Amino acid sequence: MEIWSDPKTMRKQHPIIAERFPDLHPPFAKQAAVLEANRCLNCFDAPCTAACPTHIDVPKFIKKITSLNLSGSAQTILDANVLGASCSRVCPVDVLCEGACVMHRYNEQPIEIARLQRFAMDSFHAGGRKLRRKYLGSRAGKIACIGAGPASLACAAEMAQQGFAVTVFERRELPGGLNTYGVAEYKLTASASLREIELIEDLGVAFRFGVEIDPEGLRRIDREFDLVFIGVGLGQGHGLKIAGGDHSDVVDALDFIAAYKMARITNTSGKVAVIGAGNTAIDAANAAMRLGAEEVSIVYRGKRESMSAFDFEYEHAKLEGVRFLWQTLPIHVRADGGTLEVLHCTKVDDALRPISGSEFSLPCNLIITAIGQSPLLSLLESAKGVTLDKGRVAVERETGQTRNPRYFAGGDCVNGGREVVDAVADGKRAGTAMARQLEAAYARF
Amino acid sequence: MPDFEVKFAGIASPNPFWLASAPPTNCGEQVMRAFDAGWGGAVWKTIGEQVTNTASRYSSIDWQGQRMMGFNNIELISDRPLNINLREIAEIKKRYPKNAVIASLMVESKREAWHKIVSQAEDAGVDGLELNFGCPHGMSERGMGSAVGQVPEYTEMITGWVKEKARTPVIVKLTPNISDIRVIARAAKRGGADAVSAINTINSITGIDLDTLTPRPNVDGKSTHGGYCGPAVKPIALNMVQQVASDTGSSLPISGIGGIATWRDAAEFFLLGCGTVQVCTVVMHYGYRIVEDMIEGLEGWMLEKGFSTIEDFRGMTLPRVTEWKHLNLNYKIVARIDESKCIGCDLCYIACWDGAHQCIHRDRVTGPVDGPVELHATPASIEAVTRATIAVTPIPKLDGNARNGAKNVTPLERIPRVDETECVGCNLCSLVCPVDECIAMVEVPTGLAQETWEERTRTKECAAPPLHG
Repeated sequence: MEIWSDPKTMRKQHPIIAERFPDLHPPFAKQAAVLEANRCLNCFDAPCTAACPTHIDVPKFIKKITSLNLSGSAQTILDANVLGASCSRVCPVDVLCEGACVMHRYNEQPIEIARLQRFAMDSFHAGGRKLRRKYLGSRAGKIACIGAGPASLACAAEMAQQGFAVTVFERRELPGGLNTYGVAEYKLTASASLREIELIEDLGVAFRFGVEIDPEGLRRIDREFDLVFIGVGLGQGHGLKIAGGDHSDVVDALDFIAAYKMARITNTSGKVAVIGAGNTAIDAANAAMRLGAEEVSIVYRGKRESMSAFDFEYEHAKLEGVRFLWQTLPIHVRADGGTLEVLHCTKVDDALRPISGSEFSLPCNLIITAIGQSPLLSLLESAKGVTLDKGRVAVERETGQTRNPRYFAGGDCVNGGREVVDAVADGKRAGTAMARQLEAAYARF
Repeated sequence: MPDFEVKFAGIASPNPFWLASAPPTNCGEQVMRAFDAGWGGAVWKTIGEQVTNTASRYSSIDWQGQRMMGFNNIELISDRPLNINLREIAEIKKRYPKNAVIASLMVESKREAWHKIVSQAEDAGVDGLELNFGCPHGMSERGMGSAVGQVPEYTEMITGWVKEKARTPVIVKLTPNISDIRVIARAAKRGGADAVSAINTINSITGIDLDTLTPRPNVDGKSTHGGYCGPAVKPIALNMVQQVASDTGSSLPISGIGGIATWRDAAEFFLLGCGTVQVCTVVMHYGYRIVEDMIEGLEGWMLEKGFSTIEDFRGMTLPRVTEWKHLNLNYKIVARIDESKCIGCDLCYIACWDGAHQCIHRDRVTGPVDGPVELHATPASIEAVTRATIAVTPIPKLDGNARNGAKNVTPLERIPRVDETECVGCNLCSLVCPVDECIAMVEVPTGLAQETWEERTRTKECAAPPLHG
């Protein structure tokens, strides 16, 4: 399956996709938002704020909703997290702000922080408001951000807000990275992701799309720019390394998700097997169900307790009708003629050893692999002075600075694949540190 | 079972819960439904010369998502023809002979006019009369309502006119829009009143529409001050009721009014000496049905306390309301936080630091610091530490499947510590704490005998110099 991007398609939701992937958490109406915001206790040094990787001042933005100071509320969010709109939709809040809410100890549901954040951000976008500049005018210093995913965008926005010239290089046609191409559409539509990024473009950030940065490209960037931020994320998904795993109906989960989000796929028929049990596997499995698959099975070699998907994602998938085959290992793919027919599997024991005689055939017409992505080693290793640790870029946590003082990095290529909000936090920390460094460097002249 | 029958200034009522003179007592059909719902009495919406009302008439104050914490009206007295009101009163007294029907009266300040309306109301069969000397808007511009109730001489004079004619008990309704409510209560007594009711509504502008810049309630782009009532005014009403109840110059039965919404509010008015209570706003919000809980709730409380009639506890709290100079300066209490109940919101901490005496600290983990305030971490420094801490989303695959910690255990660093040597016992922390009984104010024996300010300044001869020369 070939994946391509059509900017026009992604800026507007395809009607079939819109119908099949409605908002999982519909937005608040105004009065409901105010009522919910009033429930917030306004904790001091709030645990929700501490739990948020970008440390959004949650009680502050919530209390501004109660007084209907909605632009101030959104500004509070944006001051900490420039992708506050997409984070309000994609964050696993159960393990972040809402999980930390003191209401859990007060016999009450936690405050619906994410939906309140979305309410404030939606109102900000509907009002046609722009991002605030922290420095009026321009300052010396050229910055390149490699990749246009959340980490790079946060870094670029921070630096642009501080008056620096930033250029973002992106191999695809559209910015946003996984925010645009890889998030389940019922959480975040591609168009909502793009709308948020338009505000960053408005700051004067230059985007160069369709530019695949290879080691040679990196050398050119190195000559042209003062500082470089690496926010390239992870590379290709691990393929299915079993017999028949190279069949054309064995697709990567992120490719599958991007394809339906671009409405390249609007229908899935027959039976589907999803290999892996992480959050991406769940997103792909749910999508296959919604696109009309007859049956979707998640095939996972471990037990339920060791699956890496969040609990709430697992619960959601069950509601969508996804089947889970625990302690199951694929052995080979069998196709009849050109058509994929069966995934042969075996049950495994607790040590992941195949149990002989437990082999069985899982009829399927499409196999989606979601067993992790590999790092972009060749590119990362070509960045001079930048060191890697287990395939991840080694950085100083507080600044995102690599061993090469002109190179900074953040997001999945540093943290191994966390959430959008972690990438934003990385990017913002790096942007702040890079601005400080440029300020100091140019002050000397 | 407690006996709720009361005799208030000679007016018998099956229970002390009356509807105040207001929209809920506008017509006979309403009053009958109110009696069916359980209300003991009704003070009819003020009758007198027929008026024309405006649209709109009401506005309110919402608070933190709750509607009508405070309520305001610019409605005048009854806008129905007098003869219809009188006919309906007569009809209701026939159908509900046991319930109290009181006519609220307001006419121009002429002896003949008052004599006439008193006769008309009493001929219709009312059990008592309430003189509306309190209406703060509209009618006062025409020399009636609070224009009378703000001048002791007028109050005494008109009460006297009414008493010349009246055969039923006369209640004077007091306006709070005056610096000392006792002055008017005394005037009413001198005029021969049998009782007072307090308080009427408070002059108010509830708010302004920030889009149109029009004050509320909007009458074709303009507004006027109205009368404020509802739960927000209860503390003001209680204070005024106490002032009148404790005043030897007034010493009349009191019908309590002002923000009464539950049996608990009613019990408080009884404890400060009221013989009946009058209710309006909560009925305008939820309907007559709320009286059921008022009766049942008060009954339950009385049973628990061993009271069998309202008289058993009426005025019982009055001796405990005193002047500041009689309070014991040697009484010491401190705040104690029940760790097992603390949810870690730390509202007590910030309230104590910014709004009180800086004696609650967040040093349970780092170790207690004793000494002056400068030695402690400040709210800003505590928040700065949090902001500087790098937090990440816990990902099972990357973090070794460590599921989120127990959500229902408050981390020790979020449980504040009270420095009892510094605590002044002000109550603020216990007031802001959202959890019932989490912060208790506990008495700490000082070993010192009771001593009031009056006693201290008398015995030690260290009286402060008088404020004004």
